[in-house]
This record gives sequence, structure tokens and C-alpha cells, in this order.
Amino acid sequence: MAKVVSPGVQALRDVVEKVYRELREAKEAGEPVGWSSSKFPCELAESFGLHVGYPENQAAGIAANRDGEVMCQAAEDLGYDNDICGYARISLAYAAGYRGANKMDKDGNYVINPNSGKQMKDADGKKVFDENGKPVMDPKTMKPYATTDNIYEIAALPDGEEKTRRQNALHKYRQMTMPMPDFVLCCNNICNCMTKWYEDIARRHNIPLIMIDVPYNEFDHVNEANVKYIRSQLDTAIRQMEEISGKKFDEDKFEQCCQNANRTAKAWLKVCDYLQYKPSPFNGFDLFNHMADVVTARGRVEAAEAFELLASELEQHVKEGTTTAPFKEQHRIMFEGIPCWPKLPALFKPLKANGLNITGVVYAPAFGFVYDNLDGLVKAYCKAPNSVSIEQGVAWREGLIRDNKVDGVLVHFNRSCKPWSGYMPEMQRRFTKDLGIPTAGFDGDQADPRNFNAAQYETRVQGLVEAMEANDAKKGN
Amino acid sequence: MSIYTLGIDIGSTASKCIILKDGKDIVAKSLVDVGAGTTGPSRAISDVLENAHMKKEEMAYTLATGYGRNSLEGIADKQMSELSCHAMGAYFLWPNVHTVIDIGGQDAKVIHIENGTMTNFQMNDKCAAGTGRFLDVMARVLEVKVSDLDKLGAQSKKRVPISSTCTVFAESEVISQLSKGTNKIDIIAGIHRSVASRVIGLANRVGVVPDVVMTGGVAQNTGVVNALQEGLGVEIKTSPLAQYNGALGAALYAYRKATK
Repeated sequence: MAKVVSPGVQALRDVVEKVYRELREAKEAGEPVGWSSSKFPCELAESFGLHVGYPENQAAGIAANRDGEVMCQAAEDLGYDNDICGYARISLAYAAGYRGANKMDKDGNYVINPNSGKQMKDADGKKVFDENGKPVMDPKTMKPYATTDNIYEIAALPDGEEKTRRQNALHKYRQMTMPMPDFVLCCNNICNCMTKWYEDIARRHNIPLIMIDVPYNEFDHVNEANVKYIRSQLDTAIRQMEEISGKKFDEDKFEQCCQNANRTAKAWLKVCDYLQYKPSPFNGFDLFNHMADVVTARGRVEAAEAFELLASELEQHVKEGTTTAPFKEQHRIMFEGIPCWPKLPALFKPLKANGLNITGVVYAPAFGFVYDNLDGLVKAYCKAPNSVSIEQGVAWREGLIRDNKVDGVLVHFNRSCKPWSGYMPEMQRRFTKDLGIPTAGFDGDQADPRNFNAAQYETRVQGLVEAMEANDAKKGN
Repeated sequence: MSIYTLGIDIGSTASKCIILKDGKDIVAKSLVDVGAGTTGPSRAISDVLENAHMKKEEMAYTLATGYGRNSLEGIADKQMSELSCHAMGAYFLWPNVHTVIDIGGQDAKVIHIENGTMTNFQMNDKCAAGTGRFLDVMARVLEVKVSDLDKLGAQSKKRVPISSTCTVFAESEVISQLSKGTNKIDIIAGIHRSVASRVIGLANRVGVVPDVVMTGGVAQNTGVVNALQEGLGVEIKTSPLAQYNGALGAALYAYRKATK
């Protein structure tokens, strides 16, 4: 049975479901649909009424649904190197028609993974083991091995048993099922790999690429030359969207979308700020799930309303001294980087066991774009973690560590994101030097489970806990 | 009446135990050359009890560390990371220690210590280079025993660089050197410098503050120790108990728990 969630969390889930449902409906109705990078100014497509899906969000969902490895392998089979970002590999495999599927034997029967499913329990609720001491799995919950199949190959088959069998074997990703794009929107403020990733999709499908290039910014402000450069690209993007949609740009609609986006951003930042309370009224790990809304729906009024509802629930928790975190908060840490989506339970287990609440996540508030006018919009979109200088990055994080009362930092050295991971050793050094807090790094990947080792991770988490305890003892806490 | 505590360190390639009396005297120790997931842990525990002529029930507190620590639930009273245990063990042996370099079977770590307590650390990434496993692989290719690498490398007169940062590629590099007729002892010295260079990177990230102590099985290899000393420009202290250091730290923490 699905876990019961609060009305605010449910509203957020419903918004994401709606974004992807409307995207599929638009495609079925013959409207042009797009794929967009997560920090492309969503206000533009929204004002044209163009529906878009979000490959980064989709790749995270596919990875969390345990298909990251087979989709990455499918991309590698196409010739993409395994050093490339896992999101990009999943997305490129998806764009080439690959989907996660149940593995079948030559007779078309699913090949069941004996290690899958839930462990059997006897009448007394005790776990059952076989004569070799191996856990006995409940056959009802066991699943087939995952592999990939290709929707274009299946479509080319004549109607019949094989076609039906292969169609039925495809994994259903719920809201993550995105129709193929008629255009792509790429803004490289969050990721340098993205430009080539989107260019590849555009060439594969022979569709327009609408590109917003955000230059690296070494200052703590955005200079006027960069604002002009980006605004001129927005003008081009508007002309391209007019052609794609067949509609004229409507300034009033655009203004309304900007207002919605600002309202969503403010409500999102308010939710993030509740982590400043000690103890926190929620586990900051939840922000990673809620980010789906701020990525896919920040231009929509429903997203703003859902975040406002969640904020009011958190306010109530603060008043009542309660929390939705499933454990008692013993230490407060900042989690640096994107989670290992395919390994969420393994990631969460030692955090829960040691009472580590994540009260700092730099990735989350980085999606809170608040601005007053078009120049302000441009400046806001220039400030993404990977497009600013290291000093700006340190300042953001150290502010968060102070405001959110963080005792230690857990750094994900994400093999998918070289820029982000590349500057982390220096940031770790700064956190310890400037703020006197311990840090620990672990290897992993946002989408490819092959780059994560649970035993190594647990040792590093335990080491961080012991270093934080030593720090507390030194301070006399 | 004396208080006896048991420290167990289940590593990836070896299981080590130490029984401590009153938190200061080593009564017995044991080492079995297989680690987590094998019969090593139970053999090491029965060996140490036999060596001490004692029973498990006589231990006031048992603490487990190392990668296999969580497999000892029901045997150990508590589990701690090998990071803190190595810090504690090194502080017991060298009270002025500030930096511990520990190279074990599958990981390498550098720990900064203030007054016996770990305050910062760095560990290797998900890669075997710079660990004991790297030496195991190279010894196999060179057809020598791991325990002989030390004295063979010491005879080297020529610097042969082993520059690959990956164990698998370094293995091909070694094979290529052998096929060119390069002397084995020079290759071995190059392998020692290769392990040291990986660990020096970690050490510099933590900051090297004397006294610097090296623990773990690889500390017995003076070739690696010398290469580290040369690279870091500091004296590195080692002990015959280096491989037992994690178990020693665990037994010391166990004593703290028993007397709290």
C-alpha cells in the first residue's frame, strides 16, 4: 500500500503528473511538444502554451525506478562513452527509442531475478531463511531482470504475438513517459555537457534546437554585456517559438507566466528555509523529490499553490514542535550534489541510522529564480551552481551552512558531473578552514548505479558522524 | 579486578583481533589472512581468545571495526568506523601523532588527529590504485610474494616510472616493462612510488602535520614508506603493530565504553 502523504506533498505529485499527462495529450492532439533543460527560462514556452517535458527530471525518475543501468548501457552500445553524464546517456538512449523492459527467454517468458522482491516472513513476522542461510523471497513480489528494447524496432514488427509480447514487456514509467520531441530548448547555465546532448537529440530527430548560451561568470554580479548577449538570444528564441507554435508572442501572457514563476520560486524558497529550524520540521532529503515541481512546473500557478500549501503544513509543524522526518534529528548536515537516484534506499539507510538530517541542499534553492523584470530574469538565470565562480559557490554554501545550522558536509563526488565534483575538494577545504566543520566525500553517480559502493559510503558517513561528535565534544556541546 | 576488552578489525583482506587489559596492556593478538565474508573473522576471534587463554564472556566490552564490522552483530557490543579506531590506536602508540596514513587491502585513508580524536579525513575514491590490492596484483604479475616486494624494491638503482592511475592499466604497463627486459627490482620500486603518489594526493588534501604515522598492512613495506617520506618530506613512523592498529583502537574504545 502506498504511503499516505500530506495534502501538500500530494498536490505537488499531482502537478508533476499533470505536466506529463498534458504533454502526452498535446502530442496526441497533434500539437508540437518539446524537451527542455531544467534551467531554460520556462516562462517563454509557457506563454506560448507549448508543452515541454524535462529530460533531466525524466532521467532521475528512470534511474530511481532502477532502469538507470540498462539505459546507460543502451547508450554505451550506441557509442556514447561511459564517462558521459548518466542523465545524458539515459536521455540519449530514450531519444533513440530505447526503453527499460522485462527480460524474456526464447519462449517469451519473463526471466525472474531471484534476488528481487520482499523477504518472506512467517506467521510470527520473522524473516524466513533457506537451509543455506539465504533469505527466502516472496514469489509474488519478485520481478523479472531488466533489459532494454527499442520502440522503433517494435513498431516495425508486423502485428502479432511477438509485437504484443514485446510491447507488454516495456516498463511503464508513469508520468515519465515522454513523447518524442518536435523541438528542444537548451540553456547551458546548469551544465556544459548539455549543449552537445541537446544538439545530438535535435540532429537525431531533425528538429529545431533553441539555444540560450549563458557565459561563465567570474563576478558576484552579472555584467551588462552578458545581459545584452542573453537578451538577444531570448529575442531569437521568441521568433523560433512563434514559428513552431504558429502564434504571436503575447507580452501579457508572458508577464502572467513570470508572475507565476516568481510566486512558485518564493514559495519554494520558503519551503527550503524551514530547514533553518532546529530541529527541522522535515527531512531535507524530501527536497530532492519536491524539486520535480520546481523543475517541471515553476511557470504554473498550481505549482505555486502546492508549495504554499506545503509551507503552511511546515509552519504548523513548527508551531506544534513536530516533524515529518522519520527519525530523531541528532546531527544536521549539508548534502552536496545530486543524490544517487538508483540507490536512494542505500543512501538514506546510514543517514537514518545515525540521525543525520539533511538541512542544507545547495541544489534545491538554486532553482528559486526571483526577479522583477526581463533583465532581472536574465540575471537570475545566470546564477546556477556550475556557471558561477568558485568564490560565489563557496559564499552560497557557507551562507546555507550558517543559516541552516549545519554540523558537517557530505559530498557526493558525482561521476556524472565533472565540473561540480571537480571543485569540491577545494570547497571541502574551505568549509573546514572557514567554518571548522568536518566533511566527508563519497563516490557515486546521479543515474549510473555502477559508480556507487554502499559499503564504502557507509564507512564515510560513519566517519563523518564520528568527526562531528568529536567537534561537538571539543565545543563542549 | 582487571577489565579486559576485545577489539576486532575485519578488513577486506585480513581479520585482526586484540585483547587489552585495563585499556593499556596488550594481552593477546591474532591475524588471519582473509577478511569480511569469509571464515576469517570467527577464526581470528577464536585464535585471540585461545592465545589469551580466555573466554568471550570474560570480555567486558567488544567493539568491531573495518568493512566487515556490521557482520558481527550479536558478537560485538558496538561497531565503529575504522577511521576513528585507527586514530585512537595511533594515538595510543604515538601520543604526539597528528596525521595517520592507513593503507589497507582495498582503501587508503589519511586522518587528521587532535588530542587523539579524528577531526578530518580523506579516503581514496572507488579505485584500487594506491591500496594494498594494487600491490597484490603487481606481485602476481611479477611472480613474487607480496611480502618480498619490500626487500626486492630496496635493491633498485634505477627509477622506472609506473605512471598509470588505474590498476588494470598499470598491470599492462608492468607487463610492457617486463617484455622490454626492465629489471624486476626497478619495476617494484616504481610500483612503490606509484602507490605513494596516490596517497600523497590524499595527504595533501587533509594537510600533513607531524608526527606522521603509517598504519595498516602496507606499513610493513618499507619501500612504500620510504616513497611516502620522500614525497611528503616528513619522517613517517611505523610500528610492528601497524596491521593491528585498527583492532587496537577498537579495543581502546571498548575500554572507554566498559568504564563509562
